Amino acid sequence: MSDAYQEREIQLATGKVHLLEGGAGDAIVFLHHSWGSPGWLPVHDSLAANHRVVVPDLPGWGGSERPAWAREPRDLAILSGRILDALDAESLTLVGAGFGGFVAAELATMRSLDALVLIGAAGIQPASGEILDQMLVSHRAYIEAGFRDRDAYAAWVGEEPADDVRQLWDFSREMTARVCWKPYMFNRRLAPLLGDVPTPTLAVWGSEDRVVPPECATLYGEALPDCSVEIIEGAGHLVEIEEAERVAALIAAHVRNSGLPGRNGG
Amino acid sequence: MFIGYFTERPYQDPSSGYFGATGRDITDLGMSNASYDPRLGADLYNRYLDEKLYAEEMGFDGLMLNEHHSTPFCMGQVMNLEAAILARITQRAKIVLLGNILPIWDDPLWLAEDLATIDMISRGRLVTGWVRGTGRESVAHNAAAPYNWERFQEAHDFIIDAWTREGPFRWEGDHYHYRYVNPWSRPYQAPHPPIWIPGVMSRNTVKWAASHRYPYIMLATELGPTKDSYAYYDEVAGQEGYEAGTQHRGYLFKVHVDETEELAEAAGRKYVQGPSNPFLEGNQGVVRPFIQNLPGLTQRNNLLPTIKSFAAAASRGRAAQHLAADKAKGGKGEAPPPPRDTYVDQTEKYSIISGTPKTVIPRVRHVLETLRPGTIFFWDGDGAMSHDDTMRSLRLMGEEVIPAVREIGKELDLKGPFEVDPQTNEPVEESAAPEPESVQAVAD
Repeated sequence: MSDAYQEREIQLATGKVHLLEGGAGDAIVFLHHSWGSPGWLPVHDSLAANHRVVVPDLPGWGGSERPAWAREPRDLAILSGRILDALDAESLTLVGAGFGGFVAAELATMRSLDALVLIGAAGIQPASGEILDQMLVSHRAYIEAGFRDRDAYAAWVGEEPADDVRQLWDFSREMTARVCWKPYMFNRRLAPLLGDVPTPTLAVWGSEDRVVPPECATLYGEALPDCSVEIIEGAGHLVEIEEAERVAALIAAHVRNSGLPGRNGG
Repeated sequence: MFIGYFTERPYQDPSSGYFGATGRDITDLGMSNASYDPRLGADLYNRYLDEKLYAEEMGFDGLMLNEHHSTPFCMGQVMNLEAAILARITQRAKIVLLGNILPIWDDPLWLAEDLATIDMISRGRLVTGWVRGTGRESVAHNAAAPYNWERFQEAHDFIIDAWTREGPFRWEGDHYHYRYVNPWSRPYQAPHPPIWIPGVMSRNTVKWAASHRYPYIMLATELGPTKDSYAYYDEVAGQEGYEAGTQHRGYLFKVHVDETEELAEAAGRKYVQGPSNPFLEGNQGVVRPFIQNLPGLTQRNNLLPTIKSFAAAASRGRAAQHLAADKAKGGKGEAPPPPRDTYVDQTEKYSIISGTPKTVIPRVRHVLETLRPGTIFFWDGDGAMSHDDTMRSLRLMGEEVIPAVREIGKELDLKGPFEVDPQTNEPVEESAAPEPESVQAVAD
């Protein structure tokens, strides 16, 4: 798998951005969860068979320098836009998972994209439930809640996370707190701004998402004029990890469909 | 030497299941206030105020208050309110706030006004301290933990300005913004009330306190680390171009005095019974590390290498290895360590001093000789101690311990911050003392 991608850096005025990149074709940029990028995942690998897949560490996460001034996810969205610019891609699909989905949705309100995929995306306040607050639970409990069940967690992380994984969670939570302490994981100014976003959007949720309630998929569907919703039965919040092949196929199909003439205004 | 009195004012409710050995889970931020009884709260607040009055009568120089939130071990959630009452009902003792939790205030101007008011009502008896608070406090008032230290410093600078600069002025900072700062209340003491900084082990805070020449009050830390922190303070002071002295050193420690050794042990053991402070060794509460160490409370700013292992964990069988290792660990069934008597442990290392005056005074002397603080606070009446336990101790402190400790302080030349000014290292003039009679005059 390590041959499938390369690591490189982009230099922005606001700091260095570290990213993984593999495959060739239409670009798909994948924004990670609040707990950081766990590396080149099977879902990336599947998509890289037919696409250029780019997995940046969001500024302040992983190997990307911290924008100490950033105070809200919208700041991260602006920076993500700069990362997209630096990729010099003709066709561009933005995929965001969890917090990365929040950032992706914010960015979609600011610039045109060929397609958008939101996976268990934060950003919109649920009408009934709550988005799980990672600040009041241990790292382990939080990540475990992302999986459909304990076995799925243990299969991916192990009973005890490796030191580098634990460190990733710890550092990532600090950056999350810097931009997302309150309101936690949503922005009431986001949904109103999505109303005029023409980007073809796919919302993918696990039916058993215990982090961002599946009702948020419906809310995104209502807020965006061109949004379809796919609920994957039995999957948890980390659906792109648990159901990598299926999610990769959904993303690939969405990229294909979004490119159809007339679908996204040409 | 300055001798103060302190209790954390525990919420003692024998019926809640959170007090005493009921077996009910006492987890930090894991307890519901559903069982809170305001009538009991009324009794306890009044009891603790009464005890403070008696402590003043018994000759303590200062009455120390602290503040915590959403927890039964400390009822001082609105410490400044208690301080305001003490300002009116006491006559002589300093009211020592250790301290206000600066980062959780979104409006520090309000705090500046509160404290100036207390200082005026007490006619200049306020000593004001600042803390960063624990994770619990950041959660309770939802102050973003990563900016805790920045907010602490900016709120401090702002309050000093609000107290000392002629208004109106404008403040546009990073975390605080005011278009019109002109509080119609100013501190009684000039230029402002003395500032002391309480803390435990944070080098950041020690350094900051030393660079401002603020006395640093170590809170019930063990003797060795306390000495080390003082040494670091002295080192920073040297770098700042002044010599730190006893006037810059304070120490809070648990001292209980009783009529017999038996009574002293029975009461001393109560320090670690009931929902006493979960930070402290031997308590019955469980601290949750992810709450205490909220993200960013201590900043990390490294860059991380790419994770190579997570995605491949399943295929490499790491999960299975971990599972097997975990099961093996459980299977071993290692014997738990033998139970320790935490009271005896803490007594041996001077974390708790409890006895008759005859046995307590030499142990207090040992602490004073070891640490050489110019300010001390006796921490008493805590955990499961009753009002009677507390009052017996306060009486014996007044009759025997305080006079003896004052003599030891003179012998060891332990000058407090009201004898030698920590800002200048010059002797403080007697006339600077407040006039308690004038309070009485108003009362009459």
